[in-house]
Amino acid sequence: MIVSQFLVLSAALFALGVYGLLVRRNAVLVLLSIELMLSAVTINLVAFGAFHDDPLFTGSVFALFVITVAAAEVGIGIAIVLMIFRARRSANVDELDLMKW
Amino acid sequence: MFLAAEEGEKVELVGGFLAEWAWLIPVVPLVAAAAIVFFGKRLPYKGWELAVGALGFVAVYGTALLIGHAMTPMGFEDHVTLVDAGTVPGLGDLVLEWGWTVDGLSIMMYFLVGVVGFFVFTYAKGYMEGDVRFTWFFAAFTLFAGTMLVLVSAPNMIQLIVGWEGVGLSSYLLIGHYWEDMENVWAGNKAFITNKIADIGLFLGVIVFAIGAGSFRFLDVFEAVESGAISSGFAVAGALLIFLGAMGKSGQFPLHVWLPDAMAGPTPVSSLMHAATMVTAGVYLIARMFPVFDAPAVAGDIRWLLITIGVITLFATGLIALVQDDIKKVLAYSTLSQLGYMTAAVGAGAYTAGLFHLFTHAFFKALLFLAAGSVIHAVHSNNMSDMGGLRSAMPHTFRTFVIGSLALAGILPFAGFWSKDEILATLNHDGYTAALVVATAGAFVTAFYMGRAVFLTFFGEYRGQGQPHESPPIMTVPLYGLAAGAVFFGFLNVPGLYTGFTDWVTARVFVPQEYHPESIDFVVGGIGLLVALAGIAAAYVLFFRDAESQAARDRFSIPVLYPILENKYFIDDFYMKGIINPTRLQIAAAVNWSNDRIIDFAVNAAGVATRVAARFVYDILDQLGIDFGINAAGAVTGEAGGALRLTQTGKVQQYAAVVVAGAVLLAAGFIIFA
Repeated sequence: MIVSQFLVLSAALFALGVYGLLVRRNAVLVLLSIELMLSAVTINLVAFGAFHDDPLFTGSVFALFVITVAAAEVGIGIAIVLMIFRARRSANVDELDLMKW
Repeated sequence: MFLAAEEGEKVELVGGFLAEWAWLIPVVPLVAAAAIVFFGKRLPYKGWELAVGALGFVAVYGTALLIGHAMTPMGFEDHVTLVDAGTVPGLGDLVLEWGWTVDGLSIMMYFLVGVVGFFVFTYAKGYMEGDVRFTWFFAAFTLFAGTMLVLVSAPNMIQLIVGWEGVGLSSYLLIGHYWEDMENVWAGNKAFITNKIADIGLFLGVIVFAIGAGSFRFLDVFEAVESGAISSGFAVAGALLIFLGAMGKSGQFPLHVWLPDAMAGPTPVSSLMHAATMVTAGVYLIARMFPVFDAPAVAGDIRWLLITIGVITLFATGLIALVQDDIKKVLAYSTLSQLGYMTAAVGAGAYTAGLFHLFTHAFFKALLFLAAGSVIHAVHSNNMSDMGGLRSAMPHTFRTFVIGSLALAGILPFAGFWSKDEILATLNHDGYTAALVVATAGAFVTAFYMGRAVFLTFFGEYRGQGQPHESPPIMTVPLYGLAAGAVFFGFLNVPGLYTGFTDWVTARVFVPQEYHPESIDFVVGGIGLLVALAGIAAAYVLFFRDAESQAARDRFSIPVLYPILENKYFIDDFYMKGIINPTRLQIAAAVNWSNDRIIDFAVNAAGVATRVAARFVYDILDQLGIDFGINAAGAVTGEAGGALRLTQTGKVQQYAAVVVAGAVLLAAGFIIFA
């Protein structure tokens, strides 16, 4: 019961993140959306960890990992976005079609 | 053992270590010839060292054999079976063998080919220096000597034919060595074709004897002739056919026409060809088959023919030598004349005398040719009308040429005197008076044309271009080596004093029945010597004293005779106009027709068939089958790629949307199916 509430919150956050990822045009906001999705996952991990009453706190430990990785990822992501912005005076994702065939 | 044997008997002779390894004698020059072809150009002396090394080996081996033979007579034969064809209908057991013979006759020839060849090869290095095909020349030259040794070492008639034709082939290559000039090519053709005509006789003769004796081995043939297994008519026919072959190789009248033209080759070739190899092959063959030619059943029927041919040759060709301007042709006709002596001698049953003349003649004729080559080298012309007065400019050549000329003319201490005298003495003893008279007259002619050659070349005033110089030592030293032979080898057979040569060459399994002069025949020898001196004196009167009118002194034009001699009795013209031209055109037309209609048709048909097949393979199999498959695969891949690449829009969010959609689908599937 407590778990399902956390799961609903987490699912809602994840859906918001997906929405932002697909819809936002500003690269910074896209990165933010990814952070939302990661947060949703972290909530999931912590919730299940508490629910299982794990003596090793595996869920919380993994949550820490996720936060660390997210921080690193955002660091790199923001740096890339900054470089792109400097080069092209825009952070619009639609204009970044370098990967096109 | 052999010394105790009576003449006409068969004796058992022994071999020895040297005889057992004598197969090396023909093999070493043949291997050297092949090596020169493949590696000659990379060697420091461009292959010459291999050639002269091989001949040096033969010379040393031949000398060792001769010394061993002089101490203990050798008679050795060994055979290696090459092909055993089993029983062939009409011929019996057909076995092809390779073998080697070591008896008095072949040892004499090994020695001769080796020693004379060694000198000639040494000389040839100087003479051929700067030639475009220097290496090739020595390859062919070594092959020439090697095939002659194959011929000499043959204990059976098949191997003899192999060597015989090998000599013919290499002589053809060497005569046409300067093939840039069409005349030389024709000379080579003439030599080859004339020899081939004679070879028909040799082949048929070999077939006759092989069928009669049931074996190709000489010893079996001799056995069969002696025992009467070959009927006398059969043996006479075979001997005549073999003699026809010998006539071609040894340039006997009327098949002598090729030999003077063979002068087109380089002088060392002429030298070896006239001395040790090629022309001696015919006389050697008669000597090798002497037990057949001399068998009572055969000799009576053919002896007169051999003597007649020999005598005609010796006199008729000697006369032609009188009117030649080309110094090499003088020597060539002189060779023909001397071969006539040998044939007449061997034909008359004077086996030793004929071979002795062959032996001594080889040394002084090789010497004369090399000396003539030295002169030609200096004055750049073959014609004696461009020479004269070379005595002081070329002292070494002059000395050795005179020694050779005196030996050839038959002046007393020199080799030619002893051998010619032995022939005359034997003819006298055996009662061939007419032949003796002609042969003595021939001695006059010989001395006369040699005197003429010496006087025109070395005396008087120089008539050519430029200043002639003596040849380098590599050319003059061999001259002295051969001159030593021309001076001393006559003493190998002095009747009554020392007859070593007789003992050597008669040491065979079948000891020839013949007459050996017991002592010097002073009457015949004296007359021969006087006649020769008279010839020299006549040449002196006609060609030396008359030094004032240089141009006129070569014109002792006797009406009728001179034109006949100058045109070589019109024999060449007769062959050309009477035989060759009429048949050549017919044959050419027939060959042309068969070429056009038969060979070309077959070739064209094969071509058309190939083209049709190729067209089918290309159009159907290749274009429609393989190419279509490959092109289709390529096109499908290309089209698919073209379509799929449209999905690569480069828009990150689209990719993300696809990923999300995929995740959703997976989740849905998981929920539904799990």
